Amino acid sequence: MTAPLLRAQGLKVAYPVKGFRKPPVEIVHGVDFEIGAGETLGIVGESGSGKTTIGRAILGLAPISGGTVEYDGRDITALSARERRALSREIQVVFQDPYSSLNPSLTIGATLAEPLIVQGWDKAKATRRVLDLLDHVGLPKNAAARLPREFSGGQRQRVAIARALAPGPRLIVCDEPVSALDLSTQATVMDLFIDIQRETGVAYLFVSHDLAVVRHISHRVGVVYRGEIVEQGPTRQVTKDPEHPYTQRLLLAAPIADPTAQQQRRADRARLRAVQAEQDLQATGVPA
Amino acid sequence: MSTPTAPVAVPALALEDEPAEVRRGALQRLVRDPQAVITGLIILTFVVLGLLANVIPQHGPNEARFEAINLPIGSPDYPLGGDYAGRDILARLLHSINTAMVSGLIGASIALVVGTTLGLVGGYFNRFRTPVEWGATILQTFPGMLLLIVLMPLTGGDFRWTMAIFGFLLTPGIYRIVRNQTVGVSRELYVDAARVSGVTDMRILGRHILSVVRGPVIVATTFLFGSAIGVQSGLAYLGVGSKEIPSFGAMISDGFRNIYIAPGQYIWPAVALGVLNGAFVLFGNALRDTFEGSQPKAEKITATAVADDFEAETADGTGALLEVRDLGIAYRSPSGELNEVVRGVSLTVRMGETLGLVGESGSGKTQTAFGVLGVLPTEAVVTRGSVVLAGRQILGAPQAELNKLRGSEIAYIPQEPMSNLDPVYTIGSQLVEGIRVSTGLSKAKAKERALELLERVGIPDPQRTFRSYPHEISGGMAQRVLIAGAVAPKPKLLIADEPTTALDVTVQADILDLLRDLQAEMGMGIVLVTHNFGVVADSCTSLAVMQGGEVVETGATIDVFAQPQHPYTSMLLGSILDEDTIRDDSAMVLVADGKDPR
Repeated sequence: MTAPLLRAQGLKVAYPVKGFRKPPVEIVHGVDFEIGAGETLGIVGESGSGKTTIGRAILGLAPISGGTVEYDGRDITALSARERRALSREIQVVFQDPYSSLNPSLTIGATLAEPLIVQGWDKAKATRRVLDLLDHVGLPKNAAARLPREFSGGQRQRVAIARALAPGPRLIVCDEPVSALDLSTQATVMDLFIDIQRETGVAYLFVSHDLAVVRHISHRVGVVYRGEIVEQGPTRQVTKDPEHPYTQRLLLAAPIADPTAQQQRRADRARLRAVQAEQDLQATGVPA
Repeated sequence: MSTPTAPVAVPALALEDEPAEVRRGALQRLVRDPQAVITGLIILTFVVLGLLANVIPQHGPNEARFEAINLPIGSPDYPLGGDYAGRDILARLLHSINTAMVSGLIGASIALVVGTTLGLVGGYFNRFRTPVEWGATILQTFPGMLLLIVLMPLTGGDFRWTMAIFGFLLTPGIYRIVRNQTVGVSRELYVDAARVSGVTDMRILGRHILSVVRGPVIVATTFLFGSAIGVQSGLAYLGVGSKEIPSFGAMISDGFRNIYIAPGQYIWPAVALGVLNGAFVLFGNALRDTFEGSQPKAEKITATAVADDFEAETADGTGALLEVRDLGIAYRSPSGELNEVVRGVSLTVRMGETLGLVGESGSGKTQTAFGVLGVLPTEAVVTRGSVVLAGRQILGAPQAELNKLRGSEIAYIPQEPMSNLDPVYTIGSQLVEGIRVSTGLSKAKAKERALELLERVGIPDPQRTFRSYPHEISGGMAQRVLIAGAVAPKPKLLIADEPTTALDVTVQADILDLLRDLQAEMGMGIVLVTHNFGVVADSCTSLAVMQGGEVVETGATIDVFAQPQHPYTSMLLGSILDEDTIRDDSAMVLVADGKDPR
């Protein structure tokens, strides 16, 4: 196998704490993962687990305090501002909240053209590219002249996807991109992500709290719990036959949209909880 | 990936320009505001009069004539008379306007430029934050007026230099506004997205941040303009600065000295200064209202308005706990007509039953729930239908009766547990207050009951949680606290509005288990508003699917999941990402190599 597109080894993220000589707070405690070209790595975890921080560290938005990140064989752990800007052609992002991820006072066209113009595209070429992008994500051409507030959540997320695609990146970090959307919108946006991947061969680091979403789009899945990846592997294995107790709990906690099957799952969950409580008791000697 | 499409009739893309529409909107609102128009016209009149200072009067401002000393109003060539030194009061007044305007311009523009720059730098770049903040604080501690007088030898008595220094002293005011706004905006995701897009910091500041900061800064600058004029006049009144420069302050001072000989002389400059300063303050207020909108008033819960021809349908005893019939809820559009968001909804809930109210955003499910609770916003109008709880008509019932009902027979669990707890009171005091109001227990008894309930809803250390403030507990714990409060009076009906949407799935499962246990124990009916079919399958005995304000399908949960009747329900069920769809196509490594996606 050729070298992966992105490789993180022992990645740690710590935020400085305000105050004199206070030690920084570590959010991510050394995680290893790889993403191949054209592949989707799903990162699943609950709030506060550090899953979003991992994505932000790759984007250079969170301070890396240890370990290395390699992109295409090149160390990108500590880049200068100029090198990081150059990397924006390669690594892009789609955020969770389609409402705050678009500047409310810029037209869709201006938002989409910005990454192109800062890379020195001329205006006519950028305009043509913007129309292509809108078409690609299934928005009408006249959307370019309109403001974000005229669009629904799902449409805004399409704009955000178009913005990420604009420079033709090879990796997109997707931070909960469908969590704020309605059920039916969610399904169509997911399909769009998969279609784009098939057409362009872009790789995704897909961060979500929703196991069903991650299962749907990922080739491989990593489960994050308290700043560590506790389990990682092919999607089927991790989401059907998990080994780590936390993954098992997570899997059984998600309700199935089927009353009979859900009743069964609820019983399984109660049983698992009893077993794990007993194991904890044996391991620590004190009731959890 | 992009086959170059021919640019057929490329619409005019505003790629670089800011949307003119936003600014035009603000300007239009400003023109419609009488306060802005009147004060703006006053300021404009002053400016024009000042510009005509060398045209209207017959004399120069410092031209003193013996025969003009203390001339009365209306004398030939001296329309406002002459002062103690024989100078034309009108000429001095008009030239004073120019002095005032130049003072305001210098002071305000220096504060604007320096303050905005410091604010952007200190707010956006973390490493400059502390030094800039210190600088602003030190600047703020200088005693302004005194410093200006002490520095008089340096400025040589020229009011323009004095005002330049005063501009620096005003800087912290603008700096604070810009800095706070900048800190807020730089946390917005679109700024992060711009950074990831390779946009330089300068461009982010100019394009994304300055446009947000602009409004409040314009408002603040207007106020500073007024205060610069005030300070210049004050200094001149004290006699600081050149005697050659006509100014309101110097004129008032002269008028006072002469008050026993010609009592009217100080009135003209005093009135002019007062009107001008007042106009700036009021104009600034009008600007603020336009840019930032008036502050929203805290909403008071009142009995929901009913339409004029509304008549509650008579309650017929079906034995159900909650019987909603043909409920209509409307909002008044700006043009005055009623816009129905809930259109003829009918629901039935029996004791011990859980009804799932399912729909996508905007389907009217939350409005329906609020309609049953009787806590719709004041703009809402109930147009038709009936809501009968345990044989009693709720719609149109007096507020006092509804208050008694809420918290005793109907209880409510919100979506965002944290925003429904008051951050300044302990969990315990909020629970006790609710329990005392709904049950009338004594304080000690209520505390006992609160601790009991906290333990019942699965909080590990009830004593500690009782003493905690909301920020000290997690979202899941906060939701348990709210459930404890809701079930305290043993309600008959519990309305839960997306109670687990904001929570992690493992916490969600625990909360749903808790609700199920509590229901089995107390036998209450539950209306569970949700968009998650997994939650419905887990907890609901029956469900109602809403679309566009109407219930399109109702039925027992098992039946609806097995055989949905309405196409919308089928569509929703079909959109669920089920457990068996696992992505199994392999990654497309080959295609990605050597292909330029542009």
